[in-house]
Amino acid sequence: MADTPIDIDHVAKLARIDLTKEEAARFSAQFSRLFEFIKELQQLDVSEIPATAQVIPLHNVLRDDELRPCLSREEALENAPDRDGPFFKTPRILE
Amino acid sequence: MKTGHEIREAIALKQRSALEVAQAALRDAQALEPQLSAYVRLTPERALARAQKIDDAIAAGKDPGPLAGIPVAVKDIFCVAAEITTAGSRILENFRSPYSATVVQKLEDAGAVIIGKTNMDEFAMGSSCENSAFFPTRNPWDTTRVPGGSSGGSASTVGAGTVPIALGTDTGGSIREPAAFCNVVGVKPTYGRVSRYGLIAFASSLDQAGPMTADVRDAAQTLEVIAGHDPLDSTSVDTAVPKYSTFLRSDLAGIRVGIVAEFEEQIGKSDQALAALYKAAYADLERLGAQLIDVRLPHARYGLATYYLIAPAECSSNLARYDGARYGCRVEDGGDVFAMFERTRAAGFGDEVKRRVILGTYALSAGYYDAYYGRAQKIRTLIKRDFDEAFATCDVIACPAVSCPPFELGAKTADPVAMYLMDYFTIPMSLAGVPALSVPAGYVRDLPVGLQIVAPAFEEAAMLGVAHAYEQATQHASKRTPLVAAGRAS
Amino acid sequence: MSTRVTAPEEMRYEPVIGLEVHAELSTKSKMFCGCRNEFGAEPNTLVCPICLGMPGTLPVINARAVEYLCKTGIALGCSIASHSKFDRKNYFYPDMPKNYQISQYDMPLTTGGIVTLPSGKVIRLNRIHLEEDTGKNVHAGGRMAGAEYTLIDYNRAGVPLMEIVTEPDIASPEEAEAYLVQLKAVLSYLGVSDVKMHEGSLRCDANVSIRPVGSTVLGTKAEVKNMNSFRSVVSALRYEIERQEAALRKGERIVQETRNWDEGRKLTYSTRSKEQAHDYRYFPDPDLVPIALEQVTIDRWRGELPELPLAKRERFAARYGLGEYDAAILTEDSRTAEFFEAVVAASDEPKAAANWMLNDVPRALEKHSLTLATSPMKPAQLAALTHLVKTGGVSGKAAKEVCEVIVVEGKDPQAIIAERGLSQVSDERAIAQFVDDVVAANADSVASYKSGKTKALEFLVGQVMKASRGKANIELVRSTLQKRLG
Repeated sequence: MADTPIDIDHVAKLARIDLTKEEAARFSAQFSRLFEFIKELQQLDVSEIPATAQVIPLHNVLRDDELRPCLSREEALENAPDRDGPFFKTPRILE
Repeated sequence: MKTGHEIREAIALKQRSALEVAQAALRDAQALEPQLSAYVRLTPERALARAQKIDDAIAAGKDPGPLAGIPVAVKDIFCVAAEITTAGSRILENFRSPYSATVVQKLEDAGAVIIGKTNMDEFAMGSSCENSAFFPTRNPWDTTRVPGGSSGGSASTVGAGTVPIALGTDTGGSIREPAAFCNVVGVKPTYGRVSRYGLIAFASSLDQAGPMTADVRDAAQTLEVIAGHDPLDSTSVDTAVPKYSTFLRSDLAGIRVGIVAEFEEQIGKSDQALAALYKAAYADLERLGAQLIDVRLPHARYGLATYYLIAPAECSSNLARYDGARYGCRVEDGGDVFAMFERTRAAGFGDEVKRRVILGTYALSAGYYDAYYGRAQKIRTLIKRDFDEAFATCDVIACPAVSCPPFELGAKTADPVAMYLMDYFTIPMSLAGVPALSVPAGYVRDLPVGLQIVAPAFEEAAMLGVAHAYEQATQHASKRTPLVAAGRAS
Repeated sequence: MSTRVTAPEEMRYEPVIGLEVHAELSTKSKMFCGCRNEFGAEPNTLVCPICLGMPGTLPVINARAVEYLCKTGIALGCSIASHSKFDRKNYFYPDMPKNYQISQYDMPLTTGGIVTLPSGKVIRLNRIHLEEDTGKNVHAGGRMAGAEYTLIDYNRAGVPLMEIVTEPDIASPEEAEAYLVQLKAVLSYLGVSDVKMHEGSLRCDANVSIRPVGSTVLGTKAEVKNMNSFRSVVSALRYEIERQEAALRKGERIVQETRNWDEGRKLTYSTRSKEQAHDYRYFPDPDLVPIALEQVTIDRWRGELPELPLAKRERFAARYGLGEYDAAILTEDSRTAEFFEAVVAASDEPKAAANWMLNDVPRALEKHSLTLATSPMKPAQLAALTHLVKTGGVSGKAAKEVCEVIVVEGKDPQAIIAERGLSQVSDERAIAQFVDDVVAANADSVASYKSGKTKALEFLVGQVMKASRGKANIELVRSTLQKRLG
């Protein structure tokens, strides 16, 4: 039934989402349905087809090197779930 | 149902004050909330302050703007300065944006009065509004049924007549499908026509903001205001915005309307009554003078799979920033910062979001890019080419917006793919980047459905023109009143 | 032909080094937003919704950053891409506001290029690409290990970064340093970066491996990071090469890993984390559109380049008769080179000017924690000093003291000499007078000298110097005495 090629535990780690075993199993089953459609894509010969990099043919959209108003520190930190003085604060980095 | 242009005229002529209109809309919204749950939050202070400014401007003889005094609702995916913007998600349930989206700024500069932020599927992922982290919104035509999604709240509140104009977003059908379900007009502009700055990103190469309105004229006037180049959005196009409201036709003489063979075959399999309704709609177009042309979109059937690789891939990257470090909710448990990321995202994202982020991460991951995301982007090229070829023989395409009338809450939540199939007729236009709208087309088993009109890139004028003619001739929306309607609340 | 296999402990190895340098570009504003690009500001005061990665925000490319990178590429002989794009590099880290970095993957702005060292050795470049910098993690307690929490300053997030990657052409730690010196010179001449390692506007990572001398196969490489000065790059590379050599001689294998340089303990240590290698899931950034550069733009940029270090070095050597090494030092940064040429123009004494600029000036700058930019010294002042030395107005020894004062206070040398009584007496009559007096008062020494004791001359010279309170021109004293005494 679980005909998905996805190694859900590995991918969830890459995506930094802590999945429960139940979620992993449930999603796996749900993906298999979608992959029935996705498999159909393999039927098409796209070897000569260019990828749609963007659907509108724009290029060279650049801005001048000018200053724009930035946020005050209080505005920047207003939504911070945790802060220490002028800094954003998070738990430690373990490497 | 009062339209925006009627309200604006009444205010300009001082027959009503903007303040009075805003107060009425807020009262209405409040009164209908128990039945509809269309709003995440109302913004009464903002609304009344702005309405007062409009009245002051009018009293001083100044031009208050093309949308002056019109009460509008804005999908909670648009950042509004100083207000909470949630994107329908727990992970942002306390996020107060320091800036406003460009389209919001444009609406307010044009005089529109924002009365609230509407409910939506979380991060725009869904077709029923049932994926909102907070509560599902209901359809004003039958409150046991969904309003569609992801712009369900916007569709519901316009459908109920509380406001004549709401902003929604469309990535794979999220304006058109709810508009079809709630008997309102919903427009997805050409990709790049409207700025995405301030629109919380789901799939960057597909997202577009657009109006959901009481009638086609309102949609045209709103689009005139919100469309246009934005230096803050590198993907917004720098071409002139036509005065769309001057292109609203009353007949379709000389217009070639493409009918898509593959779609007609598909709708025939889905719902007979609906297929018959669409056939009647095409006949109406013909009666108005249009010439019906057979066209083909042979790769449209791959749209679903293509979309469900591209959109999740882009969203997996776009949603990486929601980690509890700088804003939004955070869950800590004494572990390190990566544990905090993982717990926060596990708690803050709903099932559908998690599914798509995981799917998207996989589609981009080492060794799989070419098979999935890379391949999907090539098939996207094929789908786009289909439209280019079709439009060589017709001016617009007419086709179904939905494969069934509004379904009951819970009917499609067991199987995600059943829900994905709701976007079957709307996804190909998003992939091709072409503009498309839904306009009320009648009722199936007493439930509203919409007709989709599609045009070539940047030909919104043609699309709106055809829709207007159809709307004026058939008057489907004005023929009936929804079960839950503004001014009828007791 | 011998078929004896060389035992590991007998093998001779050579190092193979590639360097990845990140240079912050000195644009006014950040790479994708209009926040000020400035070092040292109060934390989180140079941020906006865009560089904080707030919901709904979008990037827009800074044109000057593209120009600065392309000018660097032109200066280094790179191929400038006619089509280039930005990609997202996806990974999670607290100093990354979006948890992806906008960078360039398979279509960078430039490829190829070379850096020529003073020795003539050519180091080939692989590519130069543009990306955005991250914020800064400030670890509570100053060290990452053991910190309870992390503090983050996003001022640096979004600053434009140029990543310059070499081929593994560098053959020694000394060559690595020479490469960095040359690269820094080019970037400072172009004015595209402050290139200050101590401020982080120039950062360097190294890929180091070793292989048997004469082999063309690359060994397993280690990536070395956290080197904060040119000196520590040399030390770290030396250590790593020795470490790898020692391992191979013991019959061990080199592990491909990342290692940090520990400046305190003078060693590299593995930072192999418990998780797998990064899967960056690169894909083209859908919020940006590609860059298509026209030849006419590239040609215009080429025309705007200043004279570059290599050209200037060769010109100095030829025109001023300087050795390659001296010319290289003088052209290491454009300010030094310009100052030197101004001194030459004012004094017409290139050798003397070079001597000052290579020895006493840098010594004085370092002693007083100054740079050419912060010193008040003017070229005319140094030129005047060389003239005074030439004409004997000040002794060589005293001139050194004068030079230091010029560097620190920016005063005219004449004023300094007058203030400190350093003027040298070179007037022949005055000297003759001193000599006469001393000869008259030291008949024994005179006789001693005349009878062949040459040391007596030095005694008499010393007496004249004493009588003149050190001001007499010592060479003139000696020659006058010699003439006088026959």
